[in-house]
Amino acid sequence: MSRAEFVGWGIVGLVLCMFAIPWFLWGTETLVAGLPLWIWWHVGWMLLASLVFWVFTKRAWGIGIETDAGGIQTANGTESGLEERGDSP
Amino acid sequence: MTLSIQLGIIVGYLLFALVIGLVAYRMTERTAEDFYLASRTVGTVVLLFTTFATLLSAFTFFAGPNMAYAWGPEWILVMGLMDGIIFAILWYVIGYKQWLLGQRYDYVTLGEMLGDRFASRELRGLVAGVSLIWLFPYVMLQQVGAGTALEALTEGAVSYAAGAGLITLFMILYVVVAGFRGIAWTDTLQGAFMLVTTWIAFIWVLVAVGGLETATGTLQNSPATSEFLALGSANYTPQWMLSTAITIGFGVAMFPQVNQRFFVAGSKRVIKRSFALWPILCVLLFVPSFLLGVWAQGLGLEMGESGNILPVILSEYTAVWFAALVIAGAMAAMMSSSDSMLLSGSSYFTRDLYRPFVEADLSERREDLIARVGVVCFAVATFFASLYNPATLFELGDAAFGGFAQLALPVIVALYWRGTTRTGLIAGIVGSQVFYLSSLFVPVIPGAYAGWTAGVVGMLLGLALTVTVSWATTSVVEERRSRYFEGLSGD
Repeated sequence: MSRAEFVGWGIVGLVLCMFAIPWFLWGTETLVAGLPLWIWWHVGWMLLASLVFWVFTKRAWGIGIETDAGGIQTANGTESGLEERGDSP
Repeated sequence: MTLSIQLGIIVGYLLFALVIGLVAYRMTERTAEDFYLASRTVGTVVLLFTTFATLLSAFTFFAGPNMAYAWGPEWILVMGLMDGIIFAILWYVIGYKQWLLGQRYDYVTLGEMLGDRFASRELRGLVAGVSLIWLFPYVMLQQVGAGTALEALTEGAVSYAAGAGLITLFMILYVVVAGFRGIAWTDTLQGAFMLVTTWIAFIWVLVAVGGLETATGTLQNSPATSEFLALGSANYTPQWMLSTAITIGFGVAMFPQVNQRFFVAGSKRVIKRSFALWPILCVLLFVPSFLLGVWAQGLGLEMGESGNILPVILSEYTAVWFAALVIAGAMAAMMSSSDSMLLSGSSYFTRDLYRPFVEADLSERREDLIARVGVVCFAVATFFASLYNPATLFELGDAAFGGFAQLALPVIVALYWRGTTRTGLIAGIVGSQVFYLSSLFVPVIPGAYAGWTAGVVGMLLGLALTVTVSWATTSVVEERRSRYFEGLSGD
């Protein structure tokens, strides 16, 4: 994982935090379909956040945390075993 | 009629939870790791909903709508930022690293993880001690809430002390038998229940009132709410919204029952899925739940004796049985949050205080037993405190999120900066805690700084102390820095 990617994802995270509240709509009370526009912005922003998080899990998961040296061994088996476990209550 | 329905639903729920607990008990191995973490085997749906229910249950049903009722719908944005985004990012930054370390070195608590890396029993005890100072009064408040609610519900037939006592007894029984696995299963049901009933309530009220535009239209016509539709107000300043979102968002990640859930995922895939779905789940709950509170204000409903607005709007616009169902569900949710807190509180006590300082040589069976005894002691102690509900404890419980938030930045520094030293970390934790506690109890220390709360200022102080003191001191020989920085890989 390159340094540029690491910094890039950091900026993406900050932007997600910064505009969850639409500061540029401060004081406005425009209604769209019965709700203030700023609530719709927020709903859309949260959906976008989920999408961005999903892309992150596909492309950059582990960035800044996982090191390349060696796999993680657990008492329960190898990491391929880890992927298989879970998913049932 | 309402009373018997509510009591019936509550009793029915308790019995149902006990059955789940017994099933979980049969599946449980007699080890502390299984009791506290279900042996790290939790799947996506359960992880998502147990975290969701633990974080949000009673708060979303009661406090959230009350807040929106009093101040306006901006609370949706504050909670969305705090839980949907800040907490999600921390779930990766703190939670994923914690999960990897836990998988590798079998950590069960935060204090254990830090104490091991810095080779310090004192640090381990400090983290657990600080956490318990905030957790204890918070659990006590839940018991106060439950006792008061039962007394109100039965119109005094069950006294406050008896109500709180009954709830405590049930909690002990449930937690001791079911352990984490059982709690996580009931959480899952509760989270789903909460989401579904909130949406039914939302649509029901909308239909009764005459649609979204009419409901919001009432806000424009009432002087009390004419300010509600414009973003921001005298209460919702940018500083206050950000301070609240940041302190609670970071605080939640350090709350023992939430932090411990970072350890439990069965696989990396489970964490990834939960992480990506999290913001959607939050917004799905917050928008309908808080809008109900806002509309109640526009429709001119009075808060009433219960001190909660959601029951009022439900009894006004929906059927009796439905309102009763939601209220009973909310009380059940409150209890299940307390169950989780009780379990993690006892794990901090037995693993990080009892074991290192009193009895170091424990067999797995014996630790499992002591873990369950710890649950009983913790619950009984908070119960007795709740009978007196002393003002100091009340204030501590009320400020708990801010108190936990003080731990977050020193912990992140320790997880990511190789230069962190034991002395630096201890200085950061102690310094920020002393400052935050003083802002609560010492009159000369103010609670706000140019609109920013003492919680945020304390967090920055903790960060500065951890970094500067680490920089000025050298690490001790026996510290195990490599544990956090080498050989960590999920692939």
